[in-house]
Amino acid sequence: MTEGAMLNTFVVYVENKPGVLTRVASLFRRRAFNIDSLTVGRTEKPEVSRMTITVEADPDQARRIEANLYKLVNVLLVDNITRDPAIVRDLAMIKVTAKQDVRPHVLELVNVFRARVVDVGPESLIIEITGAEDKIDGLVEVLRPYGVVEMVRTGIVAMRRGKRPVAAAQSNGILEDAEDENIAQSA
Amino acid sequence: MKMTGAQILWECLEREGVEHVFGYPGGAILPAYDALKHSRIHHILSRHEQGATHMADGYARATGRVGVAIATSGPGATNMVTGIATAMMDSSPIVCITGQVGSRLIGSDAFQETDITGVTLPITKHNALVTRAGELARTIREAFYVARSGRPGPVLVDVTKDAQQASCEFDWDAARPQLPGYRPDLSPAKAEYARALELLTRAKRPVILAGQGVLASGAMREVRELAERAQIPVALTLLGLGALPASHPLHLGMMGMHGEAWVNHAIQNADLLVALGMRFDDRVTGDKECYATRAKKIHVEIDPAEINKNVKVDVALVGDLGEVLRELLPRVEAGDRSEWLKWIEQHQGDSAVHDIQAMVDNGHLYAAHVIHDLWFETRASNTVVVTDVGQHQMWEAQYYKHEHPRSLITSGGLGTMGFALPAAIGAKVARPEAEVWVVVGDGGFQMTMAELATMMQERLKINVAIINNGYLGMVRQWQEFFYERNYQSTPLLSPDFARLAEAYGIRSMTVTERGDVVPAVRAAREHAGPVVIDFRVEQEDSVYPMVAAGAPLDEMIRRPSPLVETAADD
Repeated sequence: MTEGAMLNTFVVYVENKPGVLTRVASLFRRRAFNIDSLTVGRTEKPEVSRMTITVEADPDQARRIEANLYKLVNVLLVDNITRDPAIVRDLAMIKVTAKQDVRPHVLELVNVFRARVVDVGPESLIIEITGAEDKIDGLVEVLRPYGVVEMVRTGIVAMRRGKRPVAAAQSNGILEDAEDENIAQSA
Repeated sequence: MKMTGAQILWECLEREGVEHVFGYPGGAILPAYDALKHSRIHHILSRHEQGATHMADGYARATGRVGVAIATSGPGATNMVTGIATAMMDSSPIVCITGQVGSRLIGSDAFQETDITGVTLPITKHNALVTRAGELARTIREAFYVARSGRPGPVLVDVTKDAQQASCEFDWDAARPQLPGYRPDLSPAKAEYARALELLTRAKRPVILAGQGVLASGAMREVRELAERAQIPVALTLLGLGALPASHPLHLGMMGMHGEAWVNHAIQNADLLVALGMRFDDRVTGDKECYATRAKKIHVEIDPAEINKNVKVDVALVGDLGEVLRELLPRVEAGDRSEWLKWIEQHQGDSAVHDIQAMVDNGHLYAAHVIHDLWFETRASNTVVVTDVGQHQMWEAQYYKHEHPRSLITSGGLGTMGFALPAAIGAKVARPEAEVWVVVGDGGFQMTMAELATMMQERLKINVAIINNGYLGMVRQWQEFFYERNYQSTPLLSPDFARLAEAYGIRSMTVTERGDVVPAVRAAREHAGPVVIDFRVEQEDSVYPMVAAGAPLDEMIRRPSPLVETAADD
């Protein structure tokens, strides 16, 4: 890893069309940028999907990742929120061995971490936790001695704090109404 | 008006200004071919889909207009892959149309089914699968728009058979491109211009690095004006040759691995590099750690993803080169760089003794002689030289003095052997008034020589100069320099090219002596039909100077002087 490398978080708006996820993933593979986490889901607009991508990169690589993402015709907007105030969340479900004798201890940990139990079996529990990645890592660590049977994490989603949706998203109209201006040239 | 998808396809191509397409029919594209009889578009039948793609590429490079190739699904589409990757690396605007199995068969491994949009995803600027006739018009319009705008590149449109057969309403105006995320029209911030001007004014030893972007933007006049006003010498990339006339006093020549020695020395000793529409490819920079370490760098480039990719720059002007220079030029101060120009000139004199042209005739025929004589004979005419890849390509770049933009067509980035003949066919179709010469090695020629039949079928007057040295010459050269002359798998048996050409009905000649080069070139030019000349040149000659891969740019392997005996002789 090069000097000044850090985990960057990109919010990427893309057209909700088949194959767009492949294009984005393929871009990172081809340019040898290693994705740490990628999530994709719907937005308030049915024709737009939103990705949160975290990737290890130095500031210059981060700028080129942004430029390369823009080269994909289906990418509407890229916002690097790494250095801005943002809410970043990961969700995990952890199935942990918890027989009667240790169950109170496990439940205590669940409370401390503000997680919750979503399924109770005779010998195990499923715990759901939402939070920043390090908080989840912390819970997993303390649960490990009891026996983590199975775990799944969603990867992170992120959103800027405050009123502004995504930098420049409204001012340049990409999310408002995606029309005309760049089309007129081809006519 | 109701039309079938196939009819819509041709109608859209016509409205995009297409007059020629290069292709090869097959099952999944048959509905489109059936509808071709109602179109004004002329279809040129290649002998292989790779050839069709190179033809479209050559057509695009000769004119700047979008070239079009068409093929069927499966093997037809996969055969296009090399041509598409070639166009991608060299930013050439082509649109490839492929047939696809019926939409209901997709994913079933049907006969001749290949996921070609998946295959070409990393080697196209954009691609699309069309499964309904109603989507076709917009997709085609978008394909042309994306291919030619911004940094040009290949776009592939895969059309299912049922989408070609189905009928729907055709409305050109309603099918305007809708690409909200596509923004090819960037322009630099004002502050960047000021910083660029400051560097320009302060520089004592500046060099302009001109690349293919000059041709793509049509900014030849602006580049020349910048060079002349500020008295900055101009070095060119392989694909930039022709951006400034070779006879211009400020024209230095080609830079890089096989660039002129004085050009590489000038770059390494510069205090400012002004990079115009080029991307600091590794063949141009040598070892990046040692590349022009004392020089500030200004990069004018339309693709923001190229900025700081290979070489860190001090000022980046992202936008169309012509537009940027028109903004910049009025504020550029006239400069006097005579001291610097004199310094470069001294190095130039030193290099002349290494030049094979200065060497006495020792009875051997050298490729450099062939290229030199070809240039001398054709220099006054509107000539397009299309080269393949390897030693002959570098010799052409060194010894053919290109005066005009788009007078050299060659595969630079991908280095695709087999490119020359089909690309020349495309160039000749695009510019029938131009004199077109193919310069090709015996190796590359054998990769796509089947296209001689295409050339004959279309009655195209193209002259083919085969630089025949009996080896895969550039690979042999690397083996000589870096692999202890272990000529593993590089000696090459060829057919008698003259007799081969005759089998196609093409006039042919074989040349083995220097004195016969000019008469052969003249005879070829005078002959009304195509001509193939087999130049049997020195077998183990090498291209000098050479910067070994990854070596500093000014560490060059020079031609042993005064000459000439090569590895074969000792």
